[in-house]
Amino acid sequence: MSNLEYTMAKDNDGQPIMRFLASEFKPRGRFLTPFNIISIPIMFLGLVLIIIRFWKGLGAVTNLTQEVPWGLWIGFDVVTGVAFAGGAYVLTFMVYILNIRKYHSIVRITVLNGFLAYVFYAGALLLDLGRPWNVINPIIGNSFGTSSVLFLVAWHFLLYMIAQLIEFSPAIAEWLGAKRARKILSGMTIAAVIFGITLSTLHQSGLGALYLMARDKIHPLWYNEFIPIMFFVSSIFAGLSMVIFEGSISNKVFSDQINEDHHKSHNGIVIGLSKICAVAMFAYFFLQVLVFIHGKRWELINTPMGYWYLLEMLGFVVLPMSLFFYSYRKNKIGLIKVASVITMIGVILNRLNVTVIGFRWDAAVRYIPTWMELVVTLAVIFTEIWIFRWVVNRMPVLRDSPSWVNEE
Amino acid sequence: MHVNRRNFFKVLSVTGAALALGNEMKAAPKPKSSIEFSGILYDSTRCVGCQTCESSCSETNNLPAPDGTPAPGVVRKTDEKHRTVVNAFNTSKGEAFAKKQCMHCNEPACTAACLTKAMYKTKEGAVIWRGEKCMGCRYCMVSCPFDAPKFEYHSANPKIEKCTMCYSRIMEGKVPACAQNCPADALLFGTRRNLIKEARKRIVENPDKYVDHIYGEHEAGGTGFLYLSAVPFEELGFNTSLQPKSYPELSKGFLYSVPTIFVLWPAILLGIREATKNNQLNDEEHE
Repeated sequence: MSNLEYTMAKDNDGQPIMRFLASEFKPRGRFLTPFNIISIPIMFLGLVLIIIRFWKGLGAVTNLTQEVPWGLWIGFDVVTGVAFAGGAYVLTFMVYILNIRKYHSIVRITVLNGFLAYVFYAGALLLDLGRPWNVINPIIGNSFGTSSVLFLVAWHFLLYMIAQLIEFSPAIAEWLGAKRARKILSGMTIAAVIFGITLSTLHQSGLGALYLMARDKIHPLWYNEFIPIMFFVSSIFAGLSMVIFEGSISNKVFSDQINEDHHKSHNGIVIGLSKICAVAMFAYFFLQVLVFIHGKRWELINTPMGYWYLLEMLGFVVLPMSLFFYSYRKNKIGLIKVASVITMIGVILNRLNVTVIGFRWDAAVRYIPTWMELVVTLAVIFTEIWIFRWVVNRMPVLRDSPSWVNEE
Repeated sequence: MHVNRRNFFKVLSVTGAALALGNEMKAAPKPKSSIEFSGILYDSTRCVGCQTCESSCSETNNLPAPDGTPAPGVVRKTDEKHRTVVNAFNTSKGEAFAKKQCMHCNEPACTAACLTKAMYKTKEGAVIWRGEKCMGCRYCMVSCPFDAPKFEYHSANPKIEKCTMCYSRIMEGKVPACAQNCPADALLFGTRRNLIKEARKRIVENPDKYVDHIYGEHEAGGTGFLYLSAVPFEELGFNTSLQPKSYPELSKGFLYSVPTIFVLWPAILLGIREATKNNQLNDEEHE
């Protein structure tokens, strides 16, 4: 695809809007890429499984039991997915609140990533609802269960999606060539950012608070009254590791869209982020140690679950933390990327340990997800990546805004 | 509408009277509800394990007949088709039985967890499920320390099943089916206050027959179902490590912090933004 086409598309000069949209919805680029070949069958299979799930009930597709009512779709898709989407609030905090301009070039892609993560992981929540037609009940106000942490989380998901959409909307306006709309929408950014950070603080911790009442069901090494704070602090480095990881992939896949200045500044951004990750992980580890010692949990260490806990803490918190510290001092970009992947695995482990692995660890029949639950989860992730790719290829997310933006 | 002087005064006086009256009605003290929490006292020493409670429960609630019979070593569980089960245990004082069902907590975890108020603690004390509100998220099941709510995993229109203390029968002035039909008088229906008195009386009158513990008096903040036993409750498969505080207390601290953060955060964030504005200027000068 030529650059000429791009210039036309991005300014939308004088084209009737419908014809412009029609041309934008056409697929572009090579179709039979390895990613497409893998993702398309899985997405179709996932769709079939979702139909079976709504037709025959949750039991036809999942291994959920009466003792373990929340499995992979909540523990991984929602709880872990939202932690990874935390990068958006951390970055908007740094750029719009702390006024660190250095990170401005990656705000849009991070917010887009966060927004899509919320849309799809909240969507995954719908798959898990037994009676999804009643999902509007807590929203329209005919039955407000205000004493419920889940009520808070549901509202925050909804409001935060709106806030993120507002944060991202100038890019949509630029894509459509809507100059007036862009002006209005970008004027709303700060309000959306402040609202969004407040919401994120509360629902990142709220996802942990969901499990506070399951006091007797979660393994004592993972249950404590500080789960909400743990979830909040770990969402900082979970989100930033995702930003580092996603950035290193985007820089390769969409390299034609990024101008030279941004390519050059990228290493500086990655190093800055790794510093923040290292500090946040240190705070997190310190909290974990405090809780461990105050809870007098020593006798639990010499058990299989205890070794598992040590592996999580040492192998997936202390190790990547040290890597982050070491590599930002020595400017080792490659090592930072390795550390971010280890951190992400660690966050997945931690969230699953609270929600699935450590949940009813003593039950006679353990919950192990079916292959179908895995396929649906993969299908959700792949669909999100497809939409992500579609947006990045069309809207000014990584590439510069059209020239008229700066003329104003 | 044409308003003359007379009409104006008429309207004025009527409105005034209505306002005054209305206020008076609002200010009047509400008559305190005379309804007390009901409950059921289960006396394990009287239970003979005949399963009449199970079968009368199934009949009343149009559920399948009971599965299996109580036998020591076999732990039967309530599920989406059986709201109550009786199990047998080999205890230090010989074979004993224990009936399991929803405990109808005073402050239930499930109702605090429910974001649509589908799980509902009635003023009569029964905890009921209201399908027209429920969205099937199963957070009640995650939260319940007794694992009482059960979900129909194999239905496209799934329900949450659990004991409702026969709420519809209570509203008709009848006794719950299990308590009504128990041939051994092991189940006694009444107000929770009276049941605790009765349980104490039985313990005091027969100190050798009972352990000095009413299960459910304090467990999980107190429950509507109360238990008496001849042996310590661990031997009957009860969880005795439940906290005496109610379970919703566990997430109260978090929920109380929410309004504080909602008010403080935006103000703090705006403050930081103003304080760091100079950074931006400096950056631009460098560039």
